[in-house]
Amino acid sequence: MIKVENLVKKYGSITASNCLNCNFEKGKITVILGGSGSGKSTLLRQLTALEKPDSGSIYFDGVNITSMPKKKIYDLRKRMGMLFQGSALFNYLNIFENIAFPLREHTKIADSVIKTIVTMKLEMVGLRGTEHLMPSQLSGGMTKRVGLARAIVMDPEIIFYDEPTSGLDPISTGVIDKLIKDLNQALNITSVVVSHDIESCFRIADNIIILFYGDIIAQGTAQEIKNSDDLRVKQFINGEPEGPIPFTRTDKNYLDEILFD
Amino acid sequence: MQIAASIGRSTLYRFQILGRSGIFLLVSLFQAFLPPFRFARLVKEIEFVGSKSFLIVFVTALFTGMVLGIQGYYSLSQFGAEAALGVMVALSIIRELGPVLCALMVTGRAGSAITAQIGIMKITDQFPALEMMAIDPLKYVISPKIIAGIISLPLLTALFDLVGIAGGYLVGVKLLGVNEGAYIGKMVTAITFTDIYGGILKSFSFGILITWISTFMGFTAQPTTEGVSHATTNAVVITSLSILVVDYILTSLLL
Repeated sequence: MIKVENLVKKYGSITASNCLNCNFEKGKITVILGGSGSGKSTLLRQLTALEKPDSGSIYFDGVNITSMPKKKIYDLRKRMGMLFQGSALFNYLNIFENIAFPLREHTKIADSVIKTIVTMKLEMVGLRGTEHLMPSQLSGGMTKRVGLARAIVMDPEIIFYDEPTSGLDPISTGVIDKLIKDLNQALNITSVVVSHDIESCFRIADNIIILFYGDIIAQGTAQEIKNSDDLRVKQFINGEPEGPIPFTRTDKNYLDEILFD
Repeated sequence: MQIAASIGRSTLYRFQILGRSGIFLLVSLFQAFLPPFRFARLVKEIEFVGSKSFLIVFVTALFTGMVLGIQGYYSLSQFGAEAALGVMVALSIIRELGPVLCALMVTGRAGSAITAQIGIMKITDQFPALEMMAIDPLKYVISPKIIAGIISLPLLTALFDLVGIAGGYLVGVKLLGVNEGAYIGKMVTAITFTDIYGGILKSFSFGILITWISTFMGFTAQPTTEGVSHATTNAVVITSLSILVVDYILTSLLL
């Protein structure tokens, strides 16, 4: 569904995407794994055309989106949904209006039908009955579910999830994971999940891409990643503090720096 | 050499921001005239910028007019010209104090709130969320605010003028005993359409200035709590100063 070719994105001296090549298959859940600062959010922002790459191409159903005019991108985005890390609900609208928002803006559907659609989406995320509440009155896990309901209200073909489970308790994490899986299986929605939550990743992933400081160090099916011999992959999925992936960002020798600087 | 370079760099940077803010304003204004039109949003913004500023403008105008009444009476009575009190109060309010004070009060009340609101929308990723829903944030969030400023400020200024003159009347005529006929009559003959037109033109410009600067500051704020508080302060300071500077420029052009 999405094909990334030689993608490069730099912020000053930091390379966030260092010539990336990867594939996101239709109807599959692909998880982009990586530590903080590994460039996974940047990759997501480029996949959704929120940011333009410095060079390289991204093909969405065979069409290059990196050089697309804004109007076409907007047309394309009507086929996408996105769940933001902080849910990004509109704090001046109640839950009902938040979910109804894309419908009201892009369609001329009658109010009664909108009500039915919103109720159905809220039922899917298990939050029917919260329609009249404001986003500030909900817990973190609940706002994520509302964000998910809003992301699927236009029945997208692909959903992007930006760290859907970060900062949630284990039960909420399980609920979100199950929702992602269900949406993917029931509606055959292609899913791209950015995460650093290994456990949840292996629960939902069909394919996994591991990023490390702008480079893809491994990609493949969940099974392949699990059985990988690559030391860096092993360190990452086992969460070991010591290993080939350094904890610090600088190449300078620590002793040199404190003794001779 | 280094000093020259750093001066050059910071000057360039400032001009860049100025250019960016100019494009920001033009695009937002342009977008306002493209369909789909969102009248409900515009009405909501006018309620926020305009009608919610009603009370603060009313009180400011009343006391400004009353103070002008007292001050004017004591100054004018030294020359035995109390009869000109109405003209003095009306002219200073319509030409200067009305548009300027009204704009400053709206800056403090609505401008700061607009910056904070947009800054918080930015922190919580609501702009990319709009983008992902295929809605242009400039058109959806910014345009209605700027149009609301353009519509509200002249109306608020008209209110200010009216209440201010009434305040002067209250003190001058009712309290200090200036002749009622002289207060109103002289005022009506002395004030020309140019005075009123100038005041309205000013309030119109201030309306753009307030919403432009406060939305731009919010939109470009660093997405942190500190960034938003910084942007809010900056918005109020820069808007207030710009109002005074633009007021001087417009006055010198109009007279």
